[in-house]
Amino acid sequence: MKQRLVQQLAAPVLAVAFAVLVSSLMLQFAGYGAGKTWSVIFTKGFDRVYLVEMINRAGPYYISGVAVAIGFKMNLFNIGVEGQYKLAALFAAWAGAAVGLPAPLHVAFILAVGILTGAFWAFIPGVLKAWRGVSEVIATIMLNAVAIGLGAFLLENYFRKPPTPGVIAGTGTRVIPASGRLPSLNPLLSHIGIDLPASSRVQSYIFVAVAVGVVYRLVIWRTRFGFDLRATGSNAEAAEASGVDAKRMVVIAMLFSGGVAGLIGLNNILGEAGRYSDVSVFSGIGFTGIAIALLGRNHPVGIAFAALLWAFMDAVQTPLSSADLPKQITSILQGIIVLSVVIAYEVVRRIAAHQEAAALRRDHLPDDPASGTEVAPA
Amino acid sequence: MTSVRQAPSRTAPDGADATAKRIVIPRWVRFPLYVVAGVSLMSLTRQITGAGQLTAEGTFRSAIQLALPIALAGLGGLWAERAGVVNIGLEGMMVLGTWFGAYGGITYGPWQGVLLGVLGGALGGLLHAVATVTFGVDHIISGVAINILAVALGEFLTSVTKAWDSTRESPPIPNNVARVDLLPFLKQPLRDIGAQNRFFISDLADLVNALTANVSLLTILAVAMFPLTWYVLWRTPIGLRLRSVGEDPDAADSLGVNVYRLKYLAVTVSGAMAGLGGVLLVYLFSGKFQSQQTGGRGYIGLAAMIFGNWRPGGLILGAGLFGFMDSMQSQVNETAHALLVTAALLFVVAGGFALWKRRWIWAAVFAALAGLCWWWYSVTDELPSQLIPYFPHLATLLVLVFASQRLRMPASDGKIWRRSG
Repeated sequence: MKQRLVQQLAAPVLAVAFAVLVSSLMLQFAGYGAGKTWSVIFTKGFDRVYLVEMINRAGPYYISGVAVAIGFKMNLFNIGVEGQYKLAALFAAWAGAAVGLPAPLHVAFILAVGILTGAFWAFIPGVLKAWRGVSEVIATIMLNAVAIGLGAFLLENYFRKPPTPGVIAGTGTRVIPASGRLPSLNPLLSHIGIDLPASSRVQSYIFVAVAVGVVYRLVIWRTRFGFDLRATGSNAEAAEASGVDAKRMVVIAMLFSGGVAGLIGLNNILGEAGRYSDVSVFSGIGFTGIAIALLGRNHPVGIAFAALLWAFMDAVQTPLSSADLPKQITSILQGIIVLSVVIAYEVVRRIAAHQEAAALRRDHLPDDPASGTEVAPA
Repeated sequence: MTSVRQAPSRTAPDGADATAKRIVIPRWVRFPLYVVAGVSLMSLTRQITGAGQLTAEGTFRSAIQLALPIALAGLGGLWAERAGVVNIGLEGMMVLGTWFGAYGGITYGPWQGVLLGVLGGALGGLLHAVATVTFGVDHIISGVAINILAVALGEFLTSVTKAWDSTRESPPIPNNVARVDLLPFLKQPLRDIGAQNRFFISDLADLVNALTANVSLLTILAVAMFPLTWYVLWRTPIGLRLRSVGEDPDAADSLGVNVYRLKYLAVTVSGAMAGLGGVLLVYLFSGKFQSQQTGGRGYIGLAAMIFGNWRPGGLILGAGLFGFMDSMQSQVNETAHALLVTAALLFVVAGGFALWKRRWIWAAVFAALAGLCWWWYSVTDELPSQLIPYFPHLATLLVLVFASQRLRMPASDGKIWRRSG
């Protein structure tokens, strides 16, 4: 057990160390001074302002990682998270501004619209895979593109805030009233003695991310559905032989993954922006989610660490550029980490398999010197 | 699994059923046939709607220019997947092609830039090969990581080499590759025929002119990659071995084929092709490097390849569809609107085919779709411009839905292979 834990931890640690080494070499080679860059990252990066930025970014990253991980758990590759969350954010923002409800219900309504839209957009590739055997990778890539076009079309023609005389036409949806917004955590934090500047607000959306993590953990590891899902992922034939309807599982897993994806882009819509626009909903979180799910090994806690690491590296770009250092080094770091993590897992797995085989030989072969020579040297 | 349903009709004994006989069209006839069918369809649409721009030389030219980078990415996908490696990293390899192409073009010269861009793409391919072939990493995961890495690497190299100031875009490349007329004696006669608005002949003349008049040497190089790929993969021993690796690596290995080496070769060439696609974006469109200039064309190329059933000819048709719809974006809206008639005609043809095959339900579906398109055409004056570029994506989805049983990918595509024993 202890040995397994060491193996589990060895890979990510090795990978991060390798990524740090490679990027340090790159920095040194480019004449920037690796030491200086790292000292900026580790001193400025932990300033309160950037930590707030990290927390706010980590929420959507975490949810995105979970959405992708649900697919991974049964060998489904939901690349469509990108399109699902963007469309969901647009519909949720539009619907949220169109209705008037008391506060908790209003927020719940917006969240529900996001979940349903995301689930619907993921339902299409799920059905196509189950019904016609269409690869979900290609289907979701196509649907990502269609979602962007559909979103632009709907926003332009139906969902956009109507221009008022004298004001430039809005590029986003109408603003959601206060009853449909989540408060910032700043007053709470100043209660316990952490005072933050007014410009950096800690979004309470982080609790939604935590809730998603808890639900993910409970559903996948504590329910019949989760068991079937993991069984199908580890061995589809065996699962089917024991009575799991694989086609139905594909559709339900995609619905679940897409529903979670629908929550990714809502942090700013429920927060200070209060509406959908190009600046309030960031692009690319769906693709980042793939990397984060990999880094966290699809584990609810692992994904949390990965999301925080990723968000930290994003947040630290600002102090890096103000110190005249290449901020792209953090993106390079992210890319190398993903690649070296998967390679490290594979290498550790091979070493472990090798050790197990060696242990088996040691324990079970008779102590016959004649047979000992026949064991092929590894 | 799903193809089981159709299996009985395929294995029906000859002559037992009169409807089961099928006309087999030789493969080499098929491609020209598709082109002729496509041009006639467009020509008919032009006659019905009067949208002359639909088949104008300029439309074809911009369609070809837009299709080529997609087709090259698809060709890259073809090389990799024929050897059994899925390459989602094409997008990143294209990005490397754009950066290195622009850097070479600005610092050294046009052809050096092309070479450098191709090498940059090949470098990305090599990285993918190291991860997937040597270390057995999941192909899609490695590709996604390369896509992240390539964008960051481009920006980092800009700030390191100080080749230009902004990480968003470079200054224009000083000298571009030369342009030539391939058929100078036919250029004017073809223009005249094109202006006469005759059925089919005028449209074909415009297409030929777009293909031959004032083309960049780079375009010719890019187009040459398609017959070259076909020849190497389907007519040489090394191509046969490469494809055998994609079908059954164990069998190939047992016959003494060096599976690892061929996979490395295929994936590196794949990256080089995507890199050339990136170079094309720099040289033929903007004339400079711009961040996010690839705009998902690597992914689209992959879709075009699947659309084309993992064959070069089909891939060109798929990429042509994407390129043509892309070029509609910059057209006046009535031209794009006329495409609804094309779609209606296409569904009528498909419906007729279904009737002939006695698939009554499909025939009804296609008839309904044709009616829908025609109705849409007659009640509206224009298409929503935001949606036009995404019709090929929907078309790809439709093709996958209707024909996914007919598509056949290399048998061990995307599988991780390790030599045993």
